[in-house]
Amino acid sequence: MSKKITISPVTRIEGHAKVTVYLNDEGQVDRTYFHVDQFRGFEKFSEGRYFPEMPVITPRICGICPISHHLGAAKACDEILDVKIPRPAKLLRELIHMGQVIQSHAMHFFELAGPDIILGWDSDPALRNVVGLVKANPELALKAVRLRKYGQTIIEEVAGRRIHPTFAIPGGVNNGLSVEKRDRLLKGIDDYISHIQEGVSIIRDFIMSHKEESDTFASFPSGYMGLVGKDGALELYDGAVRMMDKDGHVIDEFPGKYYLSHIGEMVDDWTYLKLPFFKPLGDKEGFYRVGPLGRLNVAEKISTPKAHEEFKRFKAMNGGKPVESSFYYHYARLIEAVYALERARQILEDPDILSTDLLHEGPVRCGEGVGIIEAPRGTLIHHYWVNDDGQITKANLIVASGHNNWAMSKAVDCIARGYIKGNDVPEGVLNRIEGAIRCYDPCLSCSTHAIGKMPMVVELYDHAGNLVDARKRS
Amino acid sequence: MKTITMASTWCEGCSGCHMSFLDMDERLVELIGKGLVLTATPITDLKIPPMGTDLGIIEGAVATDHHMEDVKELRHRCKMIVALGDCAVFGGINTMRNYFTVDELLHRGYVTTESTVNGTPPTSNELGKLLPKVLSVHEVVKVDFFIPGCPPPANVIYHVLNELVEGRVPRLTQDLLYYD
Repeated sequence: MSKKITISPVTRIEGHAKVTVYLNDEGQVDRTYFHVDQFRGFEKFSEGRYFPEMPVITPRICGICPISHHLGAAKACDEILDVKIPRPAKLLRELIHMGQVIQSHAMHFFELAGPDIILGWDSDPALRNVVGLVKANPELALKAVRLRKYGQTIIEEVAGRRIHPTFAIPGGVNNGLSVEKRDRLLKGIDDYISHIQEGVSIIRDFIMSHKEESDTFASFPSGYMGLVGKDGALELYDGAVRMMDKDGHVIDEFPGKYYLSHIGEMVDDWTYLKLPFFKPLGDKEGFYRVGPLGRLNVAEKISTPKAHEEFKRFKAMNGGKPVESSFYYHYARLIEAVYALERARQILEDPDILSTDLLHEGPVRCGEGVGIIEAPRGTLIHHYWVNDDGQITKANLIVASGHNNWAMSKAVDCIARGYIKGNDVPEGVLNRIEGAIRCYDPCLSCSTHAIGKMPMVVELYDHAGNLVDARKRS
Repeated sequence: MKTITMASTWCEGCSGCHMSFLDMDERLVELIGKGLVLTATPITDLKIPPMGTDLGIIEGAVATDHHMEDVKELRHRCKMIVALGDCAVFGGINTMRNYFTVDELLHRGYVTTESTVNGTPPTSNELGKLLPKVLSVHEVVKVDFFIPGCPPPANVIYHVLNELVEGRVPRLTQDLLYYD
């Protein structure tokens, strides 16, 4: 009798997703599907809007990384004006972007994925969450809360509010930074760097003490993509797009505005999330991974000292070859958080940060604009076309978690095949399947512009599609 | 200690309201200390809220048949329902799609978008079916408390939960009402 197992909703991720596992007659995994169950339609309903509204409309794609959409949209609008924004404006945009990376990465590690690592995969589901973490290790939990708060405070102080600010505008930003605010933000930053380094130690120690499971946890070859800056350094705000093959060779590097020649998206019937691929390799071989693991795999260095020190350890984990295990996303993510904090300090200490040269205005000079940025979860692309009146005629968006759609499906399939043997499926295994998805920290409301949450049921179906048994996790 | 149990869900929205919930920072830990119990929420692992949960918080509008079921199920299981944020209260930014037909939206998303190669809109039965128009939560089930804002700031969410934890009926005065 073949069976179907459904995990729905997938929890502690940001979005609507469910997983179905089909078992064959022998109780072995036949096929696994990762369904993203949301479609919103931003690419259609943006049509007709005046383009400067886009940095305000598109952050509503995602409340977790609204700053990435805010800035991606603003960068596309800069291109429509065909202006280079003043350096102080670029620094302020990059500063709130670092705030976003700090809050998003810290929240993901401590509040979403951390409970699996700190409390255990098979621990009581009723306590396997941030509240359980507060009870088990209140001191650590409080540091986590403060780290996330610091990232959000950067955004609040610079851009006026934590979620959905109206700060970046075509040609620059609409508000400068006061000396008082700068000094408040610099205060205590060394403590936050040491908090996040504590997180780095937790994940590194966990990997070392669970080496085999960590190295094989949804591990598979793929391409990797991310922005790089000068000398191939990790870059999150602005740089060239670098593509690496599964063996670690750089096979392409291009300015973001030419993305359409390099990246295509295919559609599968079982998910609202499209599947991007690297065009020159086609839709069978061209799959790649983005986000923290992708970025650290393509980068040659990190421009800040503490993060670079840890980056060298990361690179040594697979002898200089790309790191393949999905579990290492957690490690890479925290190394990036160290970078974001160090970079935030560099920006805050830059003399230009207090400048009031914040805006280069101009008419619509260009019929289209592409904004590309590294959101916490990966490369984000906003592409708008406008008419002479500045109305959006078309919009195309490829969003960070979308690039990882193939990889998440693959990761889920790896775990299902590795852990499901026969008809007995313990709760901890189902949690590992979800855990495979959590490695990627998907932000599914984002990725489908079109996020899990529903009862977790295991439904067993026979060949004829009749429900023969059902178990609920509650 | 007297406790208040809460569940929350997100439908058609951006999870920004849940982020604003987390933006209570240390005050969330304080509320948990005062007796707020999280049952089924997107940040915990229980998938179904227990019958008789005190508070059901809904972020997001109702845009698919799956949302419709979720919202009705939460209403059935919870004593009080809170519509959190502009999408839940009014439909929010999602209602911009109400000017188009579902076919037009899907056609743009999965067929004509410039980066899409040979696409057709997904049809799998595992996926929610888009409703012709996005609805606010109160158009589907009875709502007891409305908290507008995109998102409602953390201090407003704290005010509402703290009043409930301390056994009072929350009221949003002018200074706590946001509409952007």
